[in-house]
Amino acid sequence: MKVHYKINGEEKEFDIQPGELLLDVLRRNNYTEIKGNCYLGTCGACAVLINEVAKATCTTLAAQVNNAEIITIKGIGTISEPHLLQKAFVEKGAVQCGFCTPGTIISAYALLKNNPDPTEEDIKRSIDGNLCRCTGYVQQIEAIKFAIKLLKGGK
Amino acid sequence: MNGFEYIGKNIGKIDAMALATGQPLFTDDISFPNTLHIKILYSPHAHAIIEDIDTSEAEKIPRVKLILTYKNTPQVLHTTAGQGWPEPSPYDTCMFNKKVRYVGDRVAAVAAETEEIAYEALKHIKVNYKKLPAVFDPEEAMKEGAPVIHDEEGISGVYNPKRNIVSHIEVKAGDIEKGFEESDVVVEDTFEMQYAQHCPIEPHATITYLDEYGRLVIRTSTQVPFHVRRIVAQVLEIPVQNIRVIKPRIGGGFGVKQEIILEEISAFVTLKTHRPARLVYTREEEFVSSRTRHPMKVTVKIGAKKNGIFNAIKMYALSNNGAYGTHGLTVTSNTGSKTLPLYNKAPNIEFIADVAYTNLPVAGAYRGYGATQGYAALEQVVDEIAEKLGMGPAEIRKINHIKVGETSPIFKALGEGREGVTQYIQSEATDKLLELGTKEIGWYEKIRKPAKEATKVRGIGMALLMQGSGIPLIDMGAATIKLNEDGSFNVLYGGTDIGTGLDTVVAQIVSETLGVKPEQIIVYAADTDVTPFDKGAYASSGTFISGGAVYNAALKVREQILEVTKEIFGEFNTKDFILKDGFVISEKSGKKVSLSEIAYQTLYLKKQQQIMATSSFVSDSSPPPFAAHFIEIEVDKETGIITPIKYVAAVDCGVAINPELAKGQIIGSIVNGIGYALTEEYKFSQTGKLINSNFMEYRIPSSRDIPDIKTILVETYEPKGPYGAKSVAEININGPIPAIGNALYNALGIRIHKLPYTPEKVLEALKNKGA
Repeated sequence: MKVHYKINGEEKEFDIQPGELLLDVLRRNNYTEIKGNCYLGTCGACAVLINEVAKATCTTLAAQVNNAEIITIKGIGTISEPHLLQKAFVEKGAVQCGFCTPGTIISAYALLKNNPDPTEEDIKRSIDGNLCRCTGYVQQIEAIKFAIKLLKGGK
Repeated sequence: MNGFEYIGKNIGKIDAMALATGQPLFTDDISFPNTLHIKILYSPHAHAIIEDIDTSEAEKIPRVKLILTYKNTPQVLHTTAGQGWPEPSPYDTCMFNKKVRYVGDRVAAVAAETEEIAYEALKHIKVNYKKLPAVFDPEEAMKEGAPVIHDEEGISGVYNPKRNIVSHIEVKAGDIEKGFEESDVVVEDTFEMQYAQHCPIEPHATITYLDEYGRLVIRTSTQVPFHVRRIVAQVLEIPVQNIRVIKPRIGGGFGVKQEIILEEISAFVTLKTHRPARLVYTREEEFVSSRTRHPMKVTVKIGAKKNGIFNAIKMYALSNNGAYGTHGLTVTSNTGSKTLPLYNKAPNIEFIADVAYTNLPVAGAYRGYGATQGYAALEQVVDEIAEKLGMGPAEIRKINHIKVGETSPIFKALGEGREGVTQYIQSEATDKLLELGTKEIGWYEKIRKPAKEATKVRGIGMALLMQGSGIPLIDMGAATIKLNEDGSFNVLYGGTDIGTGLDTVVAQIVSETLGVKPEQIIVYAADTDVTPFDKGAYASSGTFISGGAVYNAALKVREQILEVTKEIFGEFNTKDFILKDGFVISEKSGKKVSLSEIAYQTLYLKKQQQIMATSSFVSDSSPPPFAAHFIEIEVDKETGIITPIKYVAAVDCGVAINPELAKGQIIGSIVNGIGYALTEEYKFSQTGKLINSNFMEYRIPSSRDIPDIKTILVETYEPKGPYGAKSVAEININGPIPAIGNALYNALGIRIHKLPYTPEKVLEALKNKGA
């Protein structure tokens, strides 16, 4: 069957098998910025925005979200034009191995879209589903706080 | 802060923006046309002989390309441990064995056009197993009459295979029994540490292909690219020269990627089929069939004089290596060698250890490398003897810890697979660590506070720690640096950044030495065709050994630049020259020439040469970093739940070349250690099958599980390290178990001897205490 998505602003159509998971469909089509393979929705590395909500693609059927608007980490900012969250993660030492980073930034981005002034607890809750084994989360939380400061500064 | 331009500065990690924007950097982020996908069949039995395997039905499935078993693969006994040669781990495994030794041991592999077909084919492989009795407990395994796990011919490096003993270690100094007799107070206690996994968020992944000239290329998530090359060559019986190993970005390792467990299978498929092959572990495979921490039972006995000075320390460790003996000898050696020298005042020391085979998953290298298990016991017994002596935990540690200029007989007696190296401590600030840490946690205000009668009770605890920096006279790293037309430098080195930030640290070392900005340093690492050798990422050796190699190479390049400059300036005393901001400047005459100009001159016009140098570094010592850890916890007496409230780590890692990255190493280790202390634990069925091989049932900490964590870097200068640096990557994982254990005692007067500290065990301990 065919599915249609708008991914990072581009219209896309893919041939899929009915039971296929969104993670596999997107990675197969070179959206390799989506990581993870727990297939239980437990690690968060595969998170993208589906119609503005951060979701695990490993537990989402590709067919189920036909016609959705999908934003991956590359839709938030690119290496030449990074988003302030990405800059803050780099500056605050929040990227170690970087494998969880795209998913974590997606979650933080979704939080800030809905709540530009979150508490520390809000921040922690927003990335609670994005497991990171390297950083111990402290610098990620500091980076998100720093990005909020930068965003408020109108930069 | 220390007169350096780039050392001690928080340069953003040089690969971080590429990672944060999702560039295709990891092993499995690129794909080749025509790739074969590999899936593995695992043993459902803990101990069995494969009487026969019939793959004929599976082979008939369309688009199945190749099936591997012990019948059609090289039978070369080797170790999967990616250690320096000759490896101190036993040669006790083949690519596929005729005997399976745990539930999850590999039986066969299928290479097919898609993963789905490969999975399907696995179901059609018929295996006749002859089941054997299995043994899961290391004490039982070492008894006369226990099932013999490794009875195959030709294995080597095993201490006593008939009794399932991988290694036996005995190290003594002084007279231990007399030492206890002459002590005023003696305390002994035993702690048992559990099976746990590294849980890198990127599981193991390997892609192999033949290049345009038919050479084998292995792109793999490894900590040890050069050892991968050597061991794959050994196992497949092909020359090293036919193999190129490329390390892309690695999604975390923590020791588990110091093993060669995917590469040889994928490589073999590519060599047989001449097609690219891909093998990526699932999360379940990562738990069951990669590697784990060595579960250990550690007994510590300390005797002290009335004044609190230790007179005798005895440690016995029983380590469970699971089905194969990887890292058995060395991890367990470190249980003693990285802990006992911390308290070098005791003239009488004994360390004895046994490492046993069992029919359970295979243990390997894991951050902390045995020291974690050693400190779990040692640092709680230190608290216990302090209490008996009526001394404070900080006070007893202050009078017993090793100091600058001092040594311990353990350094020499206990190496990694061979005798160690005598060393004297040259940098240490332990009293300061204890002072600043106790202050930050509010130790003296909180320690005397009587336990409240409320349901939730708070307690505080501490632990003192050391580790090492590389393995002395064994670990070697090398680097090449060359100058380009625009004054930039290529750094080609074998060091293996697995997410730690080593490539950035290396750029800072070169920047400082050659007076150019880190943006002008192009770091390319760990490609066996392109970069010089490096032992890889383990033993806390990155900054110290690989960084040391880069530093030495930069010094040589500096000399070459100054030599050329002499002529340009018409001045001949290079002591007058400094390198700054991309220029060589004569402080005598004020003359100035850019590195770019020097490059153009030497590449195209005069004194033509490529300014470049290669250098190596091997150390005759392993300077220990030190750390003092403190935690405040809250325990709910009704539920048994322990909540970490505040964690303080005061750390001496010499000069922190990049404090922000050092902080990341410290906090990451602490949180990993808190997980090991509180929740992380393998659960097995009665038949030895792991039953919680996913992140729902094996809980690693998330952002909401962490306490308020404060790190304090106390700078010392280590003369052996590049710009005064020591290691920082492993030491801080050793603190949480003993610090929480001591805090639990402070809060409720209970000690739990079997890790992790689960709510059930807290409630049980409270009940027993009440009774």
